[in-house]
Amino acid sequence: MLTRLAPENEAELTDLLERCHAAARDNSVPGKDSLPEGFSGTIGHFPVYFPEEIAHAGGLLPVNILGGGNKLELKHADARMGSFVCSICRSTTELGLNGTLQDLTGFVTHPICDAAKHLAGIWSRNLPEQLAQILYLPQNVNSRGATRYIAAEYQRLRADLERKVGHVISDEALRRSIRIYNENRRLLRELYAIRRDEPWKVSCAESYLLMRAGTRMPREEHNAILDQAIDLIRHRSLPAQDKPRVVFLGGFCEQPPLEMLETIDDACFVVDDDLLVGLRWFTQDVPESGDPVWALAESFVERSAASPVQHDERKTKEGYLMEMMRSSKADAAILTAAKFCEPGLDEQLAWSKHLDQAGIQYLVLEFEEKMTSFEQMAMQVETFAESLLFALA
Amino acid sequence: MTTEILEAAPAGTVAAADFDPRVEGQRLIKDWYAGLAEAPRRGQHVANVFVMGNAVEILRAFDFQLVFPEINSLQTGVRKASGEYIRLSEDYGMSPDVCSYVKADVGLMLKENEHPVGRIPKAHLAIASNMCSTFIKWAEIWERWLKVPTFVLDLPGQRATNWRVRPGDAQHAADSRWVEAQFRDLIEKCEKITGKRFDIDRLAEVEERVNQMVFHWNNVMALNRMCPAPYNAMLDGLTYIGIMNVYRGAPEGVEFMRRLERQLKAKVARGEGRVAEERFRLLFSGTPCYVSMRRLVELFETWGGVFAYSDYLTFAAGGMDAGELVYDTSRPLESLAEITALAAQRGLSNQFFAHERLEQQIRDYAVDGIVFHGIKSCRFVSSGMADTRDYLNKRLAVPSLYIESDLIDPRYWSDAQIKNRVDAFFEALNQRGVPPPGDRKTIAAEAGRAA
Ligand code: SF4
Repeated sequence: MLTRLAPENEAELTDLLERCHAAARDNSVPGKDSLPEGFSGTIGHFPVYFPEEIAHAGGLLPVNILGGGNKLELKHADARMGSFVCSICRSTTELGLNGTLQDLTGFVTHPICDAAKHLAGIWSRNLPEQLAQILYLPQNVNSRGATRYIAAEYQRLRADLERKVGHVISDEALRRSIRIYNENRRLLRELYAIRRDEPWKVSCAESYLLMRAGTRMPREEHNAILDQAIDLIRHRSLPAQDKPRVVFLGGFCEQPPLEMLETIDDACFVVDDDLLVGLRWFTQDVPESGDPVWALAESFVERSAASPVQHDERKTKEGYLMEMMRSSKADAAILTAAKFCEPGLDEQLAWSKHLDQAGIQYLVLEFEEKMTSFEQMAMQVETFAESLLFALA
Repeated sequence: MTTEILEAAPAGTVAAADFDPRVEGQRLIKDWYAGLAEAPRRGQHVANVFVMGNAVEILRAFDFQLVFPEINSLQTGVRKASGEYIRLSEDYGMSPDVCSYVKADVGLMLKENEHPVGRIPKAHLAIASNMCSTFIKWAEIWERWLKVPTFVLDLPGQRATNWRVRPGDAQHAADSRWVEAQFRDLIEKCEKITGKRFDIDRLAEVEERVNQMVFHWNNVMALNRMCPAPYNAMLDGLTYIGIMNVYRGAPEGVEFMRRLERQLKAKVARGEGRVAEERFRLLFSGTPCYVSMRRLVELFETWGGVFAYSDYLTFAAGGMDAGELVYDTSRPLESLAEITALAAQRGLSNQFFAHERLEQQIRDYAVDGIVFHGIKSCRFVSSGMADTRDYLNKRLAVPSLYIESDLIDPRYWSDAQIKNRVDAFFEALNQRGVPPPGDRKTIAAEAGRAA
């Protein structure tokens, strides 16, 4: 259930959110005839982070491959991937095998976990005409050669994409894309600042829909949507409600169903989260001058967020949870993990033990993108919120 | 090429008949654990390392004693104690869906490092590579609980299908540069921890011994192309690879591998196989189930089925089973980086683009069938298995069997179910018929030459 809107802006914001919701429900990718202007193909990429600027500059529309949601029926993937693998990997395989993603020019996955790495092999065996690969983003960003290595890996990707599109991806085009993406990240930071400062104005589910829309449309277009939406949200005049402030963790890869976020919104203000954190991976602008590939590589090392699937000596997992809670003035945390997601489950336990020690309340939830029943979860969240309000009173 | 028997093995002095690899392997593992238990008293530095991507050469140059937590965990399985360690970790809150090796290790921590073989010392340093992503999450647990400084060694793997990296080409140079930069940082870290200066000559010495071990190891692998196969890759092979890992770069390791090769060569010369009558040559893809490995192998061997090759022997030795993986000891550090980058890609491609390697190995070892062993809690080996199997079924007329259990969690071993599947597999193989034993020798030998 989405938040009620102020009358003067209601229709416009509702329209925008409806557009975003439709985009989130659509698993297909545009074929040759329906590509947005200026694009000649699509690059699908798996979570968490992918340097979209490189594809965008080459005229390939970056599309985040985020699994199949809770409306997809698995007909082929069951026989190709064990039931012990997380849902997003299985449904992504299904979308590859059932033809939904057959128009992709390429598919890129990352060494975030072993299940995700296997997707490149599955892709190359079943969709051999697509460029299928693992972009080896490093798990060691603390050694001195990291930026240089990432830059080399990006240059390799750039050359592969150039061969696919048949033209050079110039530095100028890359700098232009970086500018567009910087603007996008700036707008997302603004959206999250509203969540933090005036959480009654925009719910987690709404913000998620607005953000998710960017995963399958040109960022120029997404910037326009965000710009308009943020303006409308700022002018909303909704009363602050008596709800506890919580952070939501566990949405860095497999996507929780929208209904789950709405369930949490009903009882809590979610003042920060790690949903689609790859879109907000850079905490500051990527430099817009100089060597653009170096700028992207260096930003990965020096100006990036954190996730359970990125090792970085400078950012312990407990450290970034506590920082998230501190900066968003959260009272408690909702610690989720996707079913069968080993890194997520490991982190969920570590976080909960840490919060036990710190005397901070939390709720542990396990989810699957394909879940359709939320009654029990609603009861858990409600009880949790009530106990928080009671404790805070 | 990769498993071709290399010429000019150094002459040995010990008669092949004096050597029982199983007994000798057990003795060496026992000695190693005894040495570990003594390490704190002797004031030795200890490092936790994994079997894939571990920079053991550098650690040995600093005299670190090596703890292999994967081997600790599998030993709880072999000694039928894993259930207790796993239960402890699940009671603590670990999910049933995560790696059972990690859970056994968490159980070990909860038991204050009391292991069935003795006390495991606390590490001063841990090295985790990205070869298996779980390594990193595992090392983060030590960081968190035991405050062990961790070094994550990032080893880029095969990026795409038909990925051809040759020593010295631009891609290899870029990857090697990255690995070398990390090794230089690791060396600094080791210097700080141990208070010792890095000695490049020590590194060269260790590398020389690794070269010798790899040389014999390649020959050992290649000997199993012979029909009958002199050893079972998933039983005897597990002892061999244990020594390859634990004693990598140590004199005892060189000696073991040298004697092993001689012993197996003598066996081949006598025409002696692992089983009395080898009827089926098989390839095992996946990891062992250490709680019931003997039983599993028995189910196959009673039908005359022998595992001539297993990809486990490739990836669980970090990919160090190719003839070209030889350190140039005149430039120890650069060469270590170059070979590590190649070996890591080899080890990783065995999993993430498994179809390419398996197609080759099926030919090299002239196998009649493949057995895929899926492990629910090990996504590294299991996530792509069913799809790989489907791909190979469609392209090659090699029969295959898929079975599922766990590395060490006894709850997932279902004897009757697995036996039924194995029996049905052999009945199907019998119906297909296999070449008569006389022809098999020729096939395996030709495959060896062609590779
Ligand atoms: S949900 Fe977890 S296990 Fe699945 S692909 Fe993402 S990180 Fe890997």
